[in-house]
Amino acid sequence: MAPAGLSAETLTKAQAVVACYPERRSALIPLCHLAQAEDGYLTAEAMEEIAHLTGCSAAEVKGTATFYDMLHTEPVGRYLIAVCTNIACMLAGAYEVLVHAEERLGVRVGQTSRDGLFTLEEAECLAGCDRAVCVQVNHRFFGPIDEVTFDRLAEELAEGSLSATVPPHGVLSRVSRNVGLPAQAAAAASVSRNPQSAGEPPTPGRGTAAGPAGSGGQRSGESPAQGFDPGRTP
Amino acid sequence: MITEAPRIVTARLGYEDSHTITRYLATGGYAGLRKALRMTPEQVHDEVSTASLLGRGGAGFPAGRKWSMLRKAPTTYLVVNGDESEPATFKDHLLIERDPHQIIEGTIIAAYAVGAAQAFLFCRGEFALGLERLTEACNDAYRHGALGSDIFGSGFSLDLVIHPGAGAYICGEETALLESLEGKRGFPRIKPPYFPAAIGLYGEPTVVNNVETMANLPWIVLNGGAAFAALGQGSSAGTRLFALSGHVERPGWYELEMSKVSFRDLIYDPSLGGGVRDGNALKAFIPGGVSAPWFFPEHLDLGLDQEAVGKAGSMLGSGSIVVMDDTTCVVRAAWRITLFFQRESCGQCTPCREGSGWVEKILRRIEDGFGREEDLDLLLDACDNIAPGLSWPPAQTTICVLGPSIPSAIVSGIGRFRDEFLLHVKEGGCPMPADKVRRA
Repeated sequence: MAPAGLSAETLTKAQAVVACYPERRSALIPLCHLAQAEDGYLTAEAMEEIAHLTGCSAAEVKGTATFYDMLHTEPVGRYLIAVCTNIACMLAGAYEVLVHAEERLGVRVGQTSRDGLFTLEEAECLAGCDRAVCVQVNHRFFGPIDEVTFDRLAEELAEGSLSATVPPHGVLSRVSRNVGLPAQAAAAASVSRNPQSAGEPPTPGRGTAAGPAGSGGQRSGESPAQGFDPGRTP
Repeated sequence: MITEAPRIVTARLGYEDSHTITRYLATGGYAGLRKALRMTPEQVHDEVSTASLLGRGGAGFPAGRKWSMLRKAPTTYLVVNGDESEPATFKDHLLIERDPHQIIEGTIIAAYAVGAAQAFLFCRGEFALGLERLTEACNDAYRHGALGSDIFGSGFSLDLVIHPGAGAYICGEETALLESLEGKRGFPRIKPPYFPAAIGLYGEPTVVNNVETMANLPWIVLNGGAAFAALGQGSSAGTRLFALSGHVERPGWYELEMSKVSFRDLIYDPSLGGGVRDGNALKAFIPGGVSAPWFFPEHLDLGLDQEAVGKAGSMLGSGSIVVMDDTTCVVRAAWRITLFFQRESCGQCTPCREGSGWVEKILRRIEDGFGREEDLDLLLDACDNIAPGLSWPPAQTTICVLGPSIPSAIVSGIGRFRDEFLLHVKEGGCPMPADKVRRA
């Protein structure tokens, strides 16, 4: 039995995501995001459930997740504030803003405030260089930010007046794919289907009118991607 | 010279609702796809080859030729690279948030041309709004009949999955991106044998194209490859979306005709960069993302031309230009760029993993006032171990090009401003002013 790492609602979403991919392990990162949207970070139980859904071990889920900056295996504050200090923002005074942020929030980079409200991070380039200094809060963009606008931002976050624009940490897209797949995906998710024969490309247009490419179903076998393994043994 | 070239990828960005299907259809959206579907895939491919559209991801490989490598084998997958993370690059971010349908339409055209039935659009995870808009656009494209089975009654079918990344610069490297898309750590694959065209996603033939490359396709199909090739000059055809940042009065994005417009125009023209901030003098600028060697005032009159920039010893890369004025500390700038590579090195190859860490530490101690005179040669020696010869384009000792990108900033900095490095050592600290906070 799968451990109860995800709520019923998230599980349904997760199953629909898994069904989008020809190989279910491809859903691993999208599922980590869904789990973070639920708990704010990746719990051990969620990683076990993701392992179950994607056909790999919990260790493989954690091993993958820990490679990526956005995936957290420890709790973070309600608002994760990331100040970009890369070249374009640095030239606009990002380190001065970052030092100010540490003082204002009473934490060092990487720490969470005692009230659990804020985690402060130093970010690499966020692709917002035309609004340097660029800051993200739970992956929503703010900028340009200086010491004054930072204080205002922190204040508004603390009093909750930005909750419409800044969802809880972990929430990425608030829109889900709802055409072309989900009806079949929901069914597919609960029934394990036969994989397509190895080497055959997915063939869209077969099945339902608005059907997805490929069978859309979970692969029943555990074999990696049609016999392919980049094989990086240490 | 600033030319009157048409806006190809930013035509809609003046509209508040440029990301919606309503606006997209009202401004000629999906007409390129309808036209493409009346052509044969080979004809579409030929138009793109005629356009001599260079890939807009950074390497500048001709898109038409990339697709030709697929012709021999049936293409299974099309993967669109929207994992924009090269520091100071924000053009794909802009296109993803503001005109997602244009990328999707281009993706469908490309899939039709290469015969792929399944496409993935890998969007950088930090672009939460972009992911939202791409997903919405994907749903709307399905409802409009532009995705799914039998697109616009043509018999061609395509499924598109919007895939979120999770924060790793290296996943912009195409084979690392494929690893990530397979649910693994973003470790680049060694080429050969893992050229995506031969052994790509799930081991199948795969084409990987950048989102800006895709965004050009509807216009190319509608107006013809020759019209695109008529813009620009030589191999640098068409327009290109440039991202300007750093010490300029007007940082931002500018779509400009390639070759014709110079760096001087881009940085100083009142309608573009508007000059260096506060009327300061230009010290240096980076012409194509932080992996590129730096340029100096004597390079200002070079055109925004892939070949010309290459010949001058750097690259147009991701089309992002960072301006540094005369108050900039070059040690700090080189250190920050190196810190980035150190943090983002995936760790597979020793020269990159170890090299980036050591050079970052040495640069840091020079900036902090604990440097030694011999550190300069030590830095160059370490860089030479990462990319032997310190030439451009760099020699490669690693699986991917992240490692060989590390020396660029350091070699540029020491090569041009050795005295400023030495002054740090002599004075026991940074002689330059702190970075001035840009007021919001």
